[in-house]
Amino acid sequence: MNVSTGVRLTLRTVALGYLFVLLIVPIAVILFRTFEHGLGQFWEWITTPAAISALQLSLLIVAIVVPLNVIFGVVTALALVRGRFRGRGVIEAIVDLPFAVSPVVVGVALILLWGVGGWFGGVESLGFRVIFGLPGMVLATLFVTLPFIVREVEPVLHEIGEQQEEAASTLGANGWQTFWRITLPAIRWGLSYGIVLTVARSLGEFGAVIMVSSGFPGISQTLTLLVHSRYIDDYNEFGAYAAATLLMIVALVVLLLMTLLQRTRKSS
Amino acid sequence: MTTTSPVAGAISAPPDTPKAVRKFNKGAGGVGPIGLGIATLWLSIIVLLPLAAIVFKSLEDGPVTFWQAVTTPNALAALRITVVVSFIVAAINVVLGTLVAWVLVRDDFPGKGFVNALIDLPFALPTIVASIVLLSLYGPDSPVGIHISATQPALVIALLFVTIPFVVRQVQPVLIELDRDVEEAAASLGANNLTIFRKIVLPALTPAILSGGGLAFTRAIGEFGSVVLIGGNIPRETQVASQYIQQQIEVDAPVSAAAVSVVLLVIAFVVLFVLRVFGSRASKREEQNR
Amino acid sequence: MTISVRHANKRYGDFAALDDVSIDIASGSLTALLGPSGSGKSTLLRSIAGLDQPDSGTISIEGRDVTSLPPQKRGIGFVFQHYAAFKHLTVRDNVGFGLQIRKRPKDEIKRKVDDLLEVVGLAGFQTRYPAQLSGGQRQRMALARALAVDPEVLLLDEPFGALDAKVREDLRSWLRRLHNEVHVTTVLVTHDQEEALDVADKIAVLNKGRIEQYGTPGELYDDPANEFVLSFLGTVARFNGKLVRPHDLRLERIQRPDSYAANVIRVVFLGFEVRVELQLPDSPDVFHAEITRGDAAALELNEGDTIYVRALRIPKVELAAV
Repeated sequence: MNVSTGVRLTLRTVALGYLFVLLIVPIAVILFRTFEHGLGQFWEWITTPAAISALQLSLLIVAIVVPLNVIFGVVTALALVRGRFRGRGVIEAIVDLPFAVSPVVVGVALILLWGVGGWFGGVESLGFRVIFGLPGMVLATLFVTLPFIVREVEPVLHEIGEQQEEAASTLGANGWQTFWRITLPAIRWGLSYGIVLTVARSLGEFGAVIMVSSGFPGISQTLTLLVHSRYIDDYNEFGAYAAATLLMIVALVVLLLMTLLQRTRKSS
Repeated sequence: MTTTSPVAGAISAPPDTPKAVRKFNKGAGGVGPIGLGIATLWLSIIVLLPLAAIVFKSLEDGPVTFWQAVTTPNALAALRITVVVSFIVAAINVVLGTLVAWVLVRDDFPGKGFVNALIDLPFALPTIVASIVLLSLYGPDSPVGIHISATQPALVIALLFVTIPFVVRQVQPVLIELDRDVEEAAASLGANNLTIFRKIVLPALTPAILSGGGLAFTRAIGEFGSVVLIGGNIPRETQVASQYIQQQIEVDAPVSAAAVSVVLLVIAFVVLFVLRVFGSRASKREEQNR
Repeated sequence: MTISVRHANKRYGDFAALDDVSIDIASGSLTALLGPSGSGKSTLLRSIAGLDQPDSGTISIEGRDVTSLPPQKRGIGFVFQHYAAFKHLTVRDNVGFGLQIRKRPKDEIKRKVDDLLEVVGLAGFQTRYPAQLSGGQRQRMALARALAVDPEVLLLDEPFGALDAKVREDLRSWLRRLHNEVHVTTVLVTHDQEEALDVADKIAVLNKGRIEQYGTPGELYDDPANEFVLSFLGTVARFNGKLVRPHDLRLERIQRPDSYAANVIRVVFLGFEVRVELQLPDSPDVFHAEITRGDAAALELNEGDTIYVRALRIPKVELAAV
C-alpha cells in the first residue's frame, strides 16, 4: 500500500500523539515533581531506613525468585520441548495461567492455601510463617513470574533442534555435560531475556504482595508497598514520588536491557 | 532432522522391552520422566494448588452461597464496572494499538527505535508506579488542571496505560511478515488504499488484533496496582472487581472473595478460549484464501 | 563381525520403521544402507548408534551387547546430515569436544585436533567458527570431530544430503579414500543409489522397514533379489511385460526369433550413450534402451523407424502385477 504523504503524516501524528500523552507526559510530570527541589531531597527520601529496608526486601525476593525460576523454568521448557509425552498442551496452558489471573486473586489464593485455617495452614504451627512472612511474598512473586523464562526458552529450544545434543551424546557427553556445554550456551540469550522480564516483574509486583504481606515499614514492605504506604498512610506525597521514581529508573534500566538483548538475539 | 517416522503423541515401550532400554526413551538433551515430574510438581505447588484452593473455598458453603456472594449489589456493580471499562479500554487499544503498530512498521522517522522500545514501558513499570504517575498528572495536583481521579475516566486512562503493549506487540510481527505482493496486486487491479486495507490487510491482521485485544481485556479485568491510587475505590462507582475482592478479604469474608475471584477467572478463561477458537478459525480461513 | 543386529523391530502405531531387521556388518568395511524415504534406513542407523531404541531385538558391536547402552558408551562416531556443529565453539573446540569430555591432557588434545584437521583438509581453520565455514567444510569438521575419539564404528546419516551436487561428488570420493586409509568400520545411510554404488563395499537395500537384499554392488546390480531392488538400483525398462536393464536391450534391423518390432519415438544423445525411446505397437508404454554411439551410428536410427528389439538378459525377479 502506498499511502499518500498526507495520510502518512496524519497517522504518524495520531500514533505518536497518543503515545506521548499516555506514556511520556505522566512520566515527565513525575520526574519534574521529584527533582524540582533538587537531587538532595530525592536522595533523602530514598535513603530513609524504611526505604533502604524496602529496597533490601525487594532485592531479596528477586534473589530468591530468579534462581528458582531459572532452574524450574528451564527444566519445564526442556520437558515440554524435548520430552515425548501426551498432555503437553495441558502443561503449556498451566504455564500460561498466571497471565490470566488478577494479582489480588493470587493473593487470595495463597491466603486460602497457606493462611491460618487454609489447606496447608498447619505449617504455621511448625513455626513457618508463610502468609505475613517472606515465604508468602516469595510464593506470590513465583506465581506471577512463572511463565517468563519458560516462554522465552521454549522457542529457542525448538529452533536449535536436538541434533547438537545428540552429537554431544555420541561424543561421550552425559546428560549434565550436554546440558552445560551445549544446551545452555545455545539458550543463553533467550534465558537472559527471560531473567530480565522476571526481575522487572518481581520488583514491580504489588497486588499479590500487598495481600500476603503485613506491610510493616522496615520489616515487610517491598519498594512497591512503600510507594503505596507513603501516599495512602503517611500522606507523604513527595516521599511516594521519590520511591516511585527510583522504581521507574530501575524500570528504564530494565527496558534498556530488554532492548539491547533483543538486538543481540536478532543478530546472532 | 533426519527422522523417518510420523510420530505423534506418546511413545511407550511394549511390555517385552527390557527395562534398561525403556530408560533411555527420553531423547538426547531431554530431562526424562524425572524432569517432567519435577516440572509438574513445581507447576502444581505454585499455580494449581492455590487456584484449586480458591475454587473449593468459593463453593465451601454450597452453590447457593456462591450465587448470593456474586450477586450482592456491590459485587455486581464491581463486576459490571470492571467488564465494561475493560471492554472499552480493549476496544480503544485495538484501534489505536493497531495504528501504532502500523506506524512503527510501515513508517520511518527519527527516533523510531526509541518509540518502539517505549512500547514495552508498561511491561517493565510497576503498576503502582503507573498509578502514582497518572495521579500526579490527572489528580488533585494536576499541572494542567485535569482532575479526574476517582472517576471512571481515570480507570480508563490507567488501564489504557497498562494494556497498550498487548495489541501493539501482537500486531507488529504479523504486519512485518505481511506479503506486500498481494497489496501491490490489488493496487494494480484498481483498488484504492482504503479497499486494500479493508479487504486484504485487515483480514490478515484480524487474528493478531483479536488476540491482542483479548489479552488486553484479560489483563484489564484483573488489574489492581494501577487503579489503586487513581480510581478512588468508590463502591458501585469506581470500585473494580479486584478492589472488591480485597475488601472482602479485609472484612473477613473469604468465601465471598473466593466466589468473585472465581467469576473473574471464568470470565478470563472464557474470553481467552473464545479468542483461541475464533483466532484459529480466522487464520485457517486466511490460509485457505492464500 | 563388528556390528550385529538381530531381529530389530520398531513401530510407530501402524507404521513399521523396522520390521524384523537382521544384518551383520564386517569389520573395516564400508556399508551403505540404501532406500527411499521412510524405508527405515535412518532408524536402523540411529538404533545402532543408540539415538533411537528399537522396541525389540539386539544390537552388538565388537561382540558386546550394546542394546541397553546409551550412545555415550557404544564407542561410535556419528555424522549428521545437517552437520550438528556446535555453533558457539570454534572448529578446534568442536573437534576436540569428545576428548575434552574424556578429560585428556590439553596438549594431547591440541596435537590430535591439529592432526585430524590436517587429514580432513581444514588445517589452519582452528580458530574459525562453524558459521564461517561452507557446508562441505562443516561436514569435514563433523567427520574429524567424530573420528577424534577413535570410534570402533563410524555412522553417517545422509552426510552429503545437504550439499551441492559437485561438493557431494568430491566429498564422496574423498570419504572413500579416507576410509581406505583409516579403515574404521563405516556405515553410511543414503537415498542416492549412485552414491552407494560408488562408495560402498556392500549395500543393504531397505524398503518399508525390511532389508530387501544385502550384498556387493555387483551382486545387487546383476542378481537383484526382487523387483524393488532391480528398479531402485540402476535404471530399468519395462519391455514386453518384463523389467530389463536398458543396456541389455539389443536393437537390430534384422528380426530374430526372440526380438519384437518397436517404433522409435525419440533418439537422445547423452554424450557417450544414446537413449532410444521405444514403443511396442499394441502397448501405450514407452520404454527406453541404452546403446553406444557407435551402435547408434551403425543403425542410422530416425524417429518413426521400426526397429527390432530383444533382451540379452532378463533378471529373474518376480514382478508385482502390472
